Amino acid sequence: MEPILAVLVGILIAVSIYMMMSGSFVRIVLGILVLSNAANLLIFTAGRLTRDVPPIIPGDKKTLAAAANSLPQALILTAIVISFSLFAFILVLAFRSYREMGTVETAEMRIAEPHASPPDGDEIGAADWREGRRP
Amino acid sequence: MNIYLEWLVVLPLALPLIGAGLCVAAWGRPGVHKAITAVTMLALAADVIALFLLVWDNGPVTMTMGDWVPPFGITFIADVFSAGLVAAATFMAAVCLAFAAFTVDEEAMIRGFFPLFLALMAGVCGSFLTGDIFNLYVWFEVILIASIGLLIIDCTREQIDGAIKYTILSLIATTVFLVATGLLYGIAGTLNMADLALSLEGRGGEPLVFGVALLYLMAFGMKAAVFPLFFWLPASYHTGHPVVSAIFAALLTKVGVYVLIRVYTLIFPDVVGMDTVFLWLAAATMLSGAIGALAQSDLRRLIAFLVVSGIGYMLLGLAIGPQAMAGSILYLLHSMVVTAALFMGAGLARRMVGASWLRGRGIYRHAPFFSVLVLAVALSMAGSPPFGGLWPKVMLVDAGLAADAPVAVTAVLLAGFLSLVALGRAFALAFWADSGDERSAAHQIIAGPPVAAVAPFAVLVVTTALMGLWPAPFVTYAKRAADSAFDTAPYIAAVASDGPTMRGEPPPPVPNGDGPKGYGNAKKKAQAPDMSETLIARNP
Repeated sequence: MEPILAVLVGILIAVSIYMMMSGSFVRIVLGILVLSNAANLLIFTAGRLTRDVPPIIPGDKKTLAAAANSLPQALILTAIVISFSLFAFILVLAFRSYREMGTVETAEMRIAEPHASPPDGDEIGAADWREGRRP
Repeated sequence: MNIYLEWLVVLPLALPLIGAGLCVAAWGRPGVHKAITAVTMLALAADVIALFLLVWDNGPVTMTMGDWVPPFGITFIADVFSAGLVAAATFMAAVCLAFAAFTVDEEAMIRGFFPLFLALMAGVCGSFLTGDIFNLYVWFEVILIASIGLLIIDCTREQIDGAIKYTILSLIATTVFLVATGLLYGIAGTLNMADLALSLEGRGGEPLVFGVALLYLMAFGMKAAVFPLFFWLPASYHTGHPVVSAIFAALLTKVGVYVLIRVYTLIFPDVVGMDTVFLWLAAATMLSGAIGALAQSDLRRLIAFLVVSGIGYMLLGLAIGPQAMAGSILYLLHSMVVTAALFMGAGLARRMVGASWLRGRGIYRHAPFFSVLVLAVALSMAGSPPFGGLWPKVMLVDAGLAADAPVAVTAVLLAGFLSLVALGRAFALAFWADSGDERSAAHQIIAGPPVAAVAPFAVLVVTTALMGLWPAPFVTYAKRAADSAFDTAPYIAAVASDGPTMRGEPPPPVPNGDGPKGYGNAKKKAQAPDMSETLIARNP
């Protein structure tokens, strides 16, 4: 079972990297989603895979050898909650940026890093400052 | 020693979280937010001072959640290194909040500036103090979500564009961190950092350990803006409100550097070849940041590139060893103060003339006192006496010469020179020059910035001047912190005994700086008690 899941994790990571190299912001976001799922599956595999073995320590033993480790599953739960909420946030951010900039192509999103200086003039409300209002 | 003293370790993250929660309860009322934030910061300041003094005298203090025995419970631990950084972060946050009170507008406060700021502080303190690598991932995500909120607080197009780049690259970094942590758990079967150190001792040559170490380097290197993974920083940091840029520059990349130092001295000390990797990464980061700064025509982006350049100096400690580490840690403290001050100065100047492009607007003629303060910060950043930037560079060059590392010495000196050129050019063009072109309305400057907003900026200038004129306490701290980073035995012993302060056992010996230290200090580690014995003893 482990080799199958390991290969699956590899395929998912390859898919996510391919999508993140795209020029479209939406594909990059989906690529991150696939990557975080690959990470969760990887942690799941690292915690041993067993079927039908309850995680109960027998009375004459001190450790649990055969059953799956439950800690990685707790880690995955934490990671899923975090990535889910961040993904929801980033979708809102993506929608807002599409409305502000009118594009989802990363090559056209150059407002924070313009290629040249803008023409002379007020970028922000310097007039407010001069007139004593809060900037 | 008092059993309640160990609470000092968790209060730096609990207090800001409580404050943020109270602010959310009083949503949309900036006056209440200000009061809550002020009280929280006062309590936090008292706590971090007490914590620092305690750790300075008695060695590491730990607290394990739910009284589970390590390595099962999540451990929080403060040693001299992390306690000092928490204190410095609190100081910077207090100064930035004072600056924010006079520059952030009412609308941004209603949108939740203060709760986001407090959540950011909780994340930063949590990252500094946690002793559990998965818990560190959680604090990174807390920092991430709070910092995105702060970055887009004014909702301008520029900020949204910057926030997208920041968010995407940070998410990739934290996901790589998660992948590395999953693999590490598969190798070592534990997440407690002290226990990981014991478990991986002498396994630095294994290919899997090497691979995980490189994955961590990628994840934390992205957080810390190390070459070649720094491009998100100059794309986003400058877009924020000046106070947001200032607190990001002061805290966020420094968290990445702290974690790099902590993980590579504690968990992966004997991975082969990492010091060479760090040497070249440090040199490339220093030089590419400084050269990038030379090419900028926007004052804020120029500072963002200088922030990147500064990260290189902080990595030299991992490349050369304990002596350089003291210089790196001193540089880290200095960089916290100076990069934040530069962003504040640039923000004030931008508010005065309406843009931060390097064009003669004669700010010096209209606000000479303010301009001289900016010049002082710029000189400090470039490492010129009598300001605080001088001493870390002296220590780094000294350590580089002693360790026979010509690459490090050349990079430090060349990057310092290029920074001086970049900052000199920026000051001459943005502050000194006066184009005399009266045609544009934006050219006119009626008055300098308000005194109340300059005061916190001036506090930072005084701090860096103090670090230059009276460096002894800062150098002493940096040396103790470097020892604490490399000599991991007291750290591990403190976690293993679940806190010397709790069970009345004698505290571990304070590191005194003698004897050989460096990677693979196996002899000292061997003295640390074995965690498995502790477990058996306490779990009958």
